[in-house]
Amino acid sequence: MAILETQELTYTYSQGTPFEKTAVDHVSLKIEAGEMIGVMGHTGSGKSTLIQHFNGLLRPTSGKILLDGKDIWADKKKIRDVRFQVGLVFQYPEYQIFEETVFKDIAFGPKNMGLDEAEIKRRVLATANDIGLSEELMERSPFELSGGQKRRVAIAGVMAMEPKVLILDEPTAGLDPAGRDKILSHIKAYHKRTGNTTLIVSHSMEDIASFADRILVMNKAKLFCFDETEKVFSRAEEISQIGLDVPQITKVFMELKRRGVDFGKEVYTVGYARDLLLKKLKERAGE
Amino acid sequence: MLRDITIGQYFPGNSIIHRLDPRFKIVITVLYIIMLFTGDSMVCLGIGAVYTIMAMLLSQVKLKMFLKSVKPLMPFLLITAVLNLFLVSTGDVLWHWKFLKVTSGGINISVFMIVRIVLLIMGTSILTYTTSPITLTDAIERLLSPLKKLKFPVHELAMMMSIALRFIPTLIEETDKIISAQKARGAELDTGSFTTRAKNLISILVPLFTSSFRRADELATAMECRCYHGGEGRTRLRQLRSAPRDYIALAVTLLFLAAVIVIKITKPFAF
Amino acid sequence: MDNIIEIHDLHFSYPAEDEESAPSEVLKGIDLTIKKGEFVVVLGHNGSGKSTLAKHLNAILVPTEGKVTVGGIDTSDESRLFDLRQTAGMVFQNPDNQIVSSVVEEDVAFALENLGVPYEEMRRRVDEALKAVNMYEYRLHSPSQLSGGQKQRVAIAGIIAMEPDCIILDEPTAMLDPQGRKEVLATIHQMNREKGITIVLITHYMDEAAQCGRVVVMDKGRVVLDGVPEKVFSQVDTLKEIGLDVPQVTELAWELNKAGCDISPETISEEECVEALLKLFGT
Repeated sequence: MAILETQELTYTYSQGTPFEKTAVDHVSLKIEAGEMIGVMGHTGSGKSTLIQHFNGLLRPTSGKILLDGKDIWADKKKIRDVRFQVGLVFQYPEYQIFEETVFKDIAFGPKNMGLDEAEIKRRVLATANDIGLSEELMERSPFELSGGQKRRVAIAGVMAMEPKVLILDEPTAGLDPAGRDKILSHIKAYHKRTGNTTLIVSHSMEDIASFADRILVMNKAKLFCFDETEKVFSRAEEISQIGLDVPQITKVFMELKRRGVDFGKEVYTVGYARDLLLKKLKERAGE
Repeated sequence: MLRDITIGQYFPGNSIIHRLDPRFKIVITVLYIIMLFTGDSMVCLGIGAVYTIMAMLLSQVKLKMFLKSVKPLMPFLLITAVLNLFLVSTGDVLWHWKFLKVTSGGINISVFMIVRIVLLIMGTSILTYTTSPITLTDAIERLLSPLKKLKFPVHELAMMMSIALRFIPTLIEETDKIISAQKARGAELDTGSFTTRAKNLISILVPLFTSSFRRADELATAMECRCYHGGEGRTRLRQLRSAPRDYIALAVTLLFLAAVIVIKITKPFAF
Repeated sequence: MDNIIEIHDLHFSYPAEDEESAPSEVLKGIDLTIKKGEFVVVLGHNGSGKSTLAKHLNAILVPTEGKVTVGGIDTSDESRLFDLRQTAGMVFQNPDNQIVSSVVEEDVAFALENLGVPYEEMRRRVDEALKAVNMYEYRLHSPSQLSGGQKQRVAIAGIIAMEPDCIILDEPTAMLDPQGRKEVLATIHQMNREKGITIVLITHYMDEAAQCGRVVVMDKGRVVLDGVPEKVFSQVDTLKEIGLDVPQVTELAWELNKAGCDISPETISEEECVEALLKLFGT
């Protein structure tokens, strides 16, 4: 059974006014437990609106969201529990930090869940470890930390709720390459340790290619495609037509194919391209 | 949620009232207020009402909007009316019960007060409905500029005001975002006990303040890089030019004011 | 005078926080000259000192040691501060925090208002600047109605209106989506090409550097690489070591070259890569 499912999910902003706009239009999809999913779509495609439905921050205009097979809006009073089960990390999450110490800030979510002190401590330290924050930082003020560290504190704040599904909206926005790689590798490590379902929104198909089992692409409020990474890359041409960035290396192989040199494979990482090309060269030398 | 609030309540348009010089509009509004408070009879108010309705029609703003402007003050209006109704004891007694009594004078004064306040609100709303906040700030700055000689920081105040106006939408959006982010961490903002709600409010306010300070800091640097050095020797892109219509509008207003004053002094109508 | 920016042995330290700690030196001796009309990209990771360097070009910071001149003006000469800031305008990272006015055209006019430019002249320059960044039709909009890329273009127009010789952009695309980045980069290139304005673009995006004339790579307060993109990018090892990306095509070419293939590691564009691979695998 799917852990998260939407049925004909539709959301319309400012309904009944001249500013009415449908941001999510009849989206039906199923996410299986333990998957690592990349979410793509340009600004205004509806992807941010969609993910805010997954944890009940927005209520659909029509359609349903099922968590573990149950409609999350069946009992309106229980919506807060849904937020603990589906953790959402917003873009630039460091701006939500407010506590005096790193420990307290990470503990804010678990505390709201009503957990006891010992359990809170265990969770805070475990997630801090996952995200690469050393224990000596715990008593420091989060406002003294570097930008990248602050971002990790904020992410840990949601991870510490130990949600079944973790959604991150552009966790690497504005970071330099080293900061980006660090955050992504920590998220991968967390995913590996907990086996939780993880969704990462990103503009960079290169980043998504490095972790995703499946890729969800939104375009103009509709679900453009939701498929295995390789299959999505085989539609690179269409994806670049709807205004999304395709990795440079994929573009090179698309062009080669157009000019008659077809390697018969979808290429989206440099390492894979190198191995593939060297193998081909060897075969040719052998002929 | 917060995005629905329309601060400044400005309705863009191109009516004759919209096109009036904002400096004249402010002066006219002041004269209008004097007119309403000078008049002490229903006749004077009648003149005020004719003037208000005329301006409302010319502004082409929907009547619904004017009614909306009065709505938040309804409780205040009702209290004023009730107090006047029972506390004024001139004229014939029309009804009484124990120590409460209603007199014709009381009714007259209640009605008079309500009409005056409603006119006041609707009339002054025309100013904000037809003038963008930034234009208004600009006009105030120029009207007050003689005060600069008295070392009154007119330019600084106007600059603060216009920066505040510029950042209101940005901060509303930001507040919305922070609220969502804390809700996602289980913060309860509309339920729960008073202390948890107060605590959760802190989780909104601290990030909001930190980011506002950061914004202020960056903005100050950006302004300096664009050679900002106070009001001295500044020229303006926004030019305020008065046209014949401004003088006509002023003349009409003065005429109405004069009529009210004449009626107040000579009392040609028995009341 | 050919050089618009001359930096000699620039050192900069932030003052010590208390008596015990030593002042932290952020820039450790930088020598750099930039010619009029050049398009220079300064690359570096966070904390490499690239933003601190940018702040010196506009006298937001002045050297602790050494000398910086821009358009012949010594940046430590306070009496010529406004001349300096008209010569070299600055665009910042956060589009929201550099727009002052609630009306686009008034924001573009802000610097001119401060400089006391007369109305007719101001009107002309504001309209021209807005047209140059392709935002003229939005002149009466409120900035809050604009996308991030549009806001940055308005910020650029606000600088262009001063008719500067040089624009310094401090990570102008870091907070934008891919669409916004494209818009802003196209605008910057157009300013360089059509108006001959010298551009100093600070960034950590490699792909932004691939299209420029010269790349300066900074690390730990020093300039470590300086040259045309082909030469700089082919130093894949050095770049990776200091935590920067290399364009995928360059990395592939470099890897293949290392494995003994006949492909130049100075491949920086997709077209070059395609041509080279066609040669290798061509039939």
